[in-house]
Amino acid sequence: MKALTKKNLLILGSILLSFAIVQGLIMAGLLNAFYEITLATICINIILAVSLNLVTGFTGQFSLGHAGFMSIGAYVCAIINMEMRSTSGFLLGIFAGAIAAGLVGILIGIPTLRLKGDYLAIATLGMAEIIRVLFLNMEITNGAAGLSGIPRFTNWPWLCLFTVATVVLINNFLHSSPGRACISIREDEIAAESMGINTTKYKVMAFAIGAFFAGTAGALYSSYFYIIQPGRFDFLKSIDILVIVVLGGLGSMTGSIFAAILLAILTTFLQSFTAVRMIVYAALLVIIMIFRPKGLMGTTEINDLFSRRPFFGKKDERIE
Amino acid sequence: MDQFLQQMVNGISLGSIYALIALGYTMVYGIIKLINFAHGDVYMIGAYVGFAATTYAQLGFFAAMVISMVSCALLGIIIERIAYKPLRTSTRIAVLITAIGVSLLLEYVMMFFVGAEVKSYPQLLSQKVFNFGAVQINMQQIYIIATAVALMVLLQYIVHRTKTGKAMRAVSIDPDAAQLMGIKVDRTISITFAIGSAFAGAAGVLVGIYYNSINPLMGIMPGLKAFVAAVFGGIGSIPGAMIGGLSIGVLETLVSGYGNSMYRDAAVFAFLIIILILKPTGLLGKNTREKV
Amino acid sequence: MKKLFVLLLTLALVLGSFAGCGGAAEDAEATEVKIGLNYELTGPVATYGQASVDGIQMAFDEINAAGGINGMQIKSVLLDNKSDSAEATSLATRLMTQDGVVACLGPATSGNFMATIPVATGNGIPVISASATADEGVTMDADGNVNDYVFRLCFNDSFQGVTMANFALNNLTAKSAVLIQDQSSDYAKGLAKNFVETFEAAGGTIVATEGYVKDDKDFNAILTSIAAKDFDVIFLPGYYQEAGLIIKQARELGITAPILGADGFDSEVLLQLAGADALNNVYFSNHYSNLDEDPMVQDFITKFKEKYGADPNAFHALGYDLGMYIADAIERAGSTDSDAIKDALASTENFVGVTGTFSMGADHNPIKSIVVIGLENGVQATSVKVDPK
Repeated sequence: MKALTKKNLLILGSILLSFAIVQGLIMAGLLNAFYEITLATICINIILAVSLNLVTGFTGQFSLGHAGFMSIGAYVCAIINMEMRSTSGFLLGIFAGAIAAGLVGILIGIPTLRLKGDYLAIATLGMAEIIRVLFLNMEITNGAAGLSGIPRFTNWPWLCLFTVATVVLINNFLHSSPGRACISIREDEIAAESMGINTTKYKVMAFAIGAFFAGTAGALYSSYFYIIQPGRFDFLKSIDILVIVVLGGLGSMTGSIFAAILLAILTTFLQSFTAVRMIVYAALLVIIMIFRPKGLMGTTEINDLFSRRPFFGKKDERIE
Repeated sequence: MDQFLQQMVNGISLGSIYALIALGYTMVYGIIKLINFAHGDVYMIGAYVGFAATTYAQLGFFAAMVISMVSCALLGIIIERIAYKPLRTSTRIAVLITAIGVSLLLEYVMMFFVGAEVKSYPQLLSQKVFNFGAVQINMQQIYIIATAVALMVLLQYIVHRTKTGKAMRAVSIDPDAAQLMGIKVDRTISITFAIGSAFAGAAGVLVGIYYNSINPLMGIMPGLKAFVAAVFGGIGSIPGAMIGGLSIGVLETLVSGYGNSMYRDAAVFAFLIIILILKPTGLLGKNTREKV
Repeated sequence: MKKLFVLLLTLALVLGSFAGCGGAAEDAEATEVKIGLNYELTGPVATYGQASVDGIQMAFDEINAAGGINGMQIKSVLLDNKSDSAEATSLATRLMTQDGVVACLGPATSGNFMATIPVATGNGIPVISASATADEGVTMDADGNVNDYVFRLCFNDSFQGVTMANFALNNLTAKSAVLIQDQSSDYAKGLAKNFVETFEAAGGTIVATEGYVKDDKDFNAILTSIAAKDFDVIFLPGYYQEAGLIIKQARELGITAPILGADGFDSEVLLQLAGADALNNVYFSNHYSNLDEDPMVQDFITKFKEKYGADPNAFHALGYDLGMYIADAIERAGSTDSDAIKDALASTENFVGVTGTFSMGADHNPIKSIVVIGLENGVQATSVKVDPK
């Protein structure tokens, strides 16, 4: 298939256009600093949600430890970036952080991914807690006080670049043969195995890729918000990410992106209603699960909405 | 040696509380295969009900305990009816996410009403300390251990000697077949939630009295650790939950007492992962084969 | 269905782009002055944030009831940072660029407060915390320059840690100590570090170091192993929620050694948790003492009880002073210009507060004396005043 199809050009064009519009607004001073932060949160959350969706939504492996991988990326990047206070240090930090998170993902994935469903969830939760306790006790991470004075290099162009890259890379992975294998595992692990798919290999692969991008998000986060502490990457952070994925739809990239934006807007509105904010979140989670257990978008992607084909088109054309 | 024995006493008291919470996890998981994440928060609510009963209504220990158990049983039934029942045919992930949602909801609704500050119980049990050589046990520890053992024996009796217990076991093995045999599946599940939640309520009151400190987020960690205990003992097994709870309590105490107290929580989770990998069915769990 | 999604999509995009453009800061009317409150109202350290806010609101209510500042009513904009440092940054930005506040109060904990410093410096709007005690990275940056727009009202960790170490060495003639520290709080770690350094430099030894994390309830294991050791004092940097339980359980296990702490002990809850019998031979450093017959302190305690039906703790008192302090600075500045307020804050002399009379130092730390309080049967029985060097 040609890379430069009409569709791809259209997508590329719209990405460039939205980038340029936002960049223009920032440069013209029309977009105030608060919205810029909201935008950064949205981008970081999109990366986190899309990468968790790969593991939980597409491969069907329920992970409650995403914040653990994020923290690895954040710490590695912050430590490197504080030594090398330059853009190259920043990029090196992101790369090193993502690789470190990915490696830990493989290490954790190999033993735990033999587990299923609820057991896997609780094991990944345990792993993330162990990572957090280690950060709490290590010298280089400065314990509970965390690292402060991290230089800010993350800005809108970088955020945009990494977010688009994450979405495109994970999307391409899903359309590749290993990606199809991952989806088959979600659909029916035993059937997939009997078709000759090495399920462990693909599960670990999805897990490692998810961890890699979670690390990237963590690195961007640490470079944007000046300060990181182990307490910020606890169980509740993993839940936050999960809420985005679930709200958008387990198995829908577009869903994750929309949910990240939607939740950021909701958060901004609820900032003034402090007492009820968490209650609303929790209730939202329960209500969505009861009335729309597959999330807002289910497994539908935006392409399905715009394609001329009937809603449930040819199987091989879409990922469900 | 004295110190070791004292640490065992500490560990067993702590473990008894985990065991009481773990019983609820194990029963619910046994019957509908759900990690009831909200269970730790039911325990928190139990502690607050006990607090209200003893502080505002000036009731004694047993009255507070009974009121707390009854309220938690009702809460358990309500949670099951509203949040879990509509999802009985959904994926496991959907139900688990709902459970997490219910857990957060209970925590923050409670925080909304009572604030984040810790509350303390009035003095209900005597502070009497018994000395056995250099080892000392206080009255509250005896109450905790005794309550845990008594409730476990009661539960064993209910599950193995009553009609309701038989129904529970049948539903846990095969809900569809149980339904065909004329067992009211919904009712049985409600009863299971009621009993499990009542135990959590009892644990809440005991913790309130023993440690004298309750807050809206107190259920998170004990909830997770009790789950670890249930898994270790073999999920679905009642004696297993008891043994698991005690083991986790003792493990924590030993790591704090002889190792590095800072790695205590990490040790519990590492232990869980090792168990899951080596023997996923736990100590007393039954092996099940996945059928195609 | 398809149309609905397209509609939703368009709506989201339109909303997003409008959200980006709108919301410019309104001009503050001359009849009110807006002050931002960026506090931990939910999440793990919600207790401290909520207490601080109660104190601040009480101060603001009093000022408004008395006619406001230079005729302007104070309007507080209260936002919840979920105990999350990223959220703290985001809220500080929102308060400064969008809500048009003249100054920001909070957050309560050092880490979250530090996350707002670059925002304050960037926007030229002062931020003040009543309880961010970290030695480094708060009022001074890494190169030792004073952060112009950053102030605090509390002692830093080194002052308290050193004071308590000296108190143990001199007043209690301790030679050896055990450290039990809250591993999950930067406050406790800072105190512990300074205590240990001073104590060891004077020839004392730390026999054992134990840790716990916030919300722990069972300390019997570490206390049993400590009980077997030989030591003179226990230093317990941390907050009353856990300290109360540790003191109770330690006394039950027969540990009678003096227990030392810092201003994190100051709360009525400490007494409720530990019980009066256990609170003997317990010393902690604080900003003020309930014994203080200063009418201002007694008046504050009475008024606080009337308003909230409970005894105030250190966070309440510091929050109250913070509210009064910012109002005082705005009044002296004579305008709502943030730079004028910043200068007024920096040039504060002999401000009389509940937590003591202080002047703002050149490094934006208050110069105020510390009180070491001794408890007997849960009641404050002795107090030793230590002046800053």
